[in-house]
Amino acid sequence: MEENKKENGVETATPTEKENFNDNLHGENLTERAKVLSPGMTVLKRFFRSKLSIIGLVAIIILFLFSFVGPLFSPWSGNGGTIKDYDPASRPILGTYSTIEYIGPDGNVYTAYDVTIDELLDYVSLGDISGSHWLGTTYEGYDVFTRLMYGGRVSLTIGFVVIILETLIGVVLGGLAGYFGKWVDNLIMRIVDILSCIPSLPIMLILSAVFESANIMDISRLYYMMAILCLMGWTGTARLVRGQILSLREQEFMLAAKCSGLSTGKKIFKHLLPNVIPQLIVSMTLGLGSIILMEATLGYLGIGAPPEAATWGTMIELASNARYRNFYPNLWLGAGICITLAILAFNFVGDGLRDAFDPKMKR
Amino acid sequence: MTKYIIKRILLSVVILFFVSLILYLLIRCMPVSFIENKFNEINSAGNLTEEDFKRLLAIYGLEDNSFGGIIRGYFGWLGNFLKGDMGVSFQKQNPVSQVIGETMGISFGIAFVALIIELIIAIPLGIKCATNQYGKFDYATTVLCMTLMAFPSFFLGNLFIKIFAVDLGWFDIGGLNSGSLQGVSFFVRFGDMVWHLILPITVMVLLDIGPMMRYTRTNTLEVLNADYIRTARAKGLSESKVVYKHVFRNTLIPLITLLSSTLPMLFGGAMITETVFAIPGIGQTAYNALKVGDIPLAMGYNMFIAILTVVGVLLADIMYAVVDPRVKLGK
Repeated sequence: MEENKKENGVETATPTEKENFNDNLHGENLTERAKVLSPGMTVLKRFFRSKLSIIGLVAIIILFLFSFVGPLFSPWSGNGGTIKDYDPASRPILGTYSTIEYIGPDGNVYTAYDVTIDELLDYVSLGDISGSHWLGTTYEGYDVFTRLMYGGRVSLTIGFVVIILETLIGVVLGGLAGYFGKWVDNLIMRIVDILSCIPSLPIMLILSAVFESANIMDISRLYYMMAILCLMGWTGTARLVRGQILSLREQEFMLAAKCSGLSTGKKIFKHLLPNVIPQLIVSMTLGLGSIILMEATLGYLGIGAPPEAATWGTMIELASNARYRNFYPNLWLGAGICITLAILAFNFVGDGLRDAFDPKMKR
Repeated sequence: MTKYIIKRILLSVVILFFVSLILYLLIRCMPVSFIENKFNEINSAGNLTEEDFKRLLAIYGLEDNSFGGIIRGYFGWLGNFLKGDMGVSFQKQNPVSQVIGETMGISFGIAFVALIIELIIAIPLGIKCATNQYGKFDYATTVLCMTLMAFPSFFLGNLFIKIFAVDLGWFDIGGLNSGSLQGVSFFVRFGDMVWHLILPITVMVLLDIGPMMRYTRTNTLEVLNADYIRTARAKGLSESKVVYKHVFRNTLIPLITLLSSTLPMLFGGAMITETVFAIPGIGQTAYNALKVGDIPLAMGYNMFIAILTVVGVLLADIMYAVVDPRVKLGK
């Protein structure tokens, strides 16, 4: 009974009032007792009923706080700036050092370290896990934990930007194909067919060689790569939107819209697209995970951001070096866990949203 | 049906034409001098002299980097491709078709074994989840599958290498055989190969089992709600007979469609997993070729994958109609 009422968007206010419902029925206004839920509220309610979607949402919020607020509390730069994070006192250098303080020509006090190394170590600046460096430091001397936070900024931002651009292209082209049909539909869907036949990873590898030949080796290479990914990745959204609009445009409300003489733009944007938005939100959430994965893959293969830039992808690339993989898991394990957690969280939320939007879901 | 298939095949040919054109134009964005430098780095042993390389470039019409030159180069490539000649790999100095043929075997073997294991695990698991929908078992399996699906292949691969090969020392990794195996019998070699391949196959199974399990689960749920299942129950069949005789068989129908679309994965190799485990399959070979701009091999591999994708989609549509007589193809 209660379930059915919820499905209709009407729910009794509280259980106790429900018990008294029959006694007080006469003379009372029914609307005072019944709370009317808007469709949006119904979806939210259904979304929060699932434990997994709550876990996913919490994980996403934590990851965002970690990446965007976390660095503010870190004493280290981590980001690949000019300041190195390590200080020689915590280095595993086999040797002695002494500090000299002197006043520079500009009047500031500088500290110089005079280090005598007894035994030359290969990986001098690789710091162990310590109280000041929770995950140690990289070969370049950056604090790994802080780098993880800055890496999250890049990876998450890229995920959102790419998915929004992809969806925009997909909605416009899919909408055109679905609404106009005929040769427009044919043309756009054949482009979709062609693009979805091109393997994306090999294309990225080819492009990395092309960019290398054009000497684009800094962080902008990652942005170009992601732009190409947008140009290739909209096909799924376009298929989805087209399919939905094909079935929606035959329904009665569209006939009504046509009869009232609405313009084409109004028909598409006010009457057709809002009906596709639930599916779009779901596909965007699920797509976010795959874009974060793509960035990480590019990073792992060393064809995304340059090694000194902090992204989760470049951090996990260290695992491809056998020495780091075998003896310094603190360098790459964190990045791997962050990537997995992000993808998992977006998948949980996406799944939860799909179930919440689906009126046929009985639960 | 025949008309539909012919129409689809013709369409596929048109699609492949444009795919090859796009791929060729992208690959040709690389200046020749860059490719040459790359090859000099790799070919420090000097198997390929500069004259040899120039001659190769001339054969493929790669010297002329003007727009007209590229278009002419493309049609030259297309002509040879249609004759079945994909050129000679700069890197391997063997015909591309030979390189693909040689390296494909091991990739296919690994992918095939992984696929069989996946099916053996995923189908019973999916059916069990569907019959206990929203139960504890269903919940646990769904969460596990989603977690596995979230793992990037390179992360899981390296994690397994670190744990099982380095720390525990259970497996040897890198390539197919230990280097010290000389003059031993076939069985020892084979055992050694299996020992090397357990980790990569496990990783592949774990990564791909999630979607298959969930697909089986969704399909089984659909079948469970069908009228004929109610009939089967109404005539008094035991629950196990309903599930294993009626539900199970009908769950397999959509699975055949899914299997057809795994075609590119089966023959095309898992590029990243192979790179992580240093397996000399087609994926790793292509990875190296793509990174250094080995144009003939890169084009050959990409076309191979594109053809597999097109065939896979076509096969999935046809199989769908073949196994399910209710589906009618064509408009």
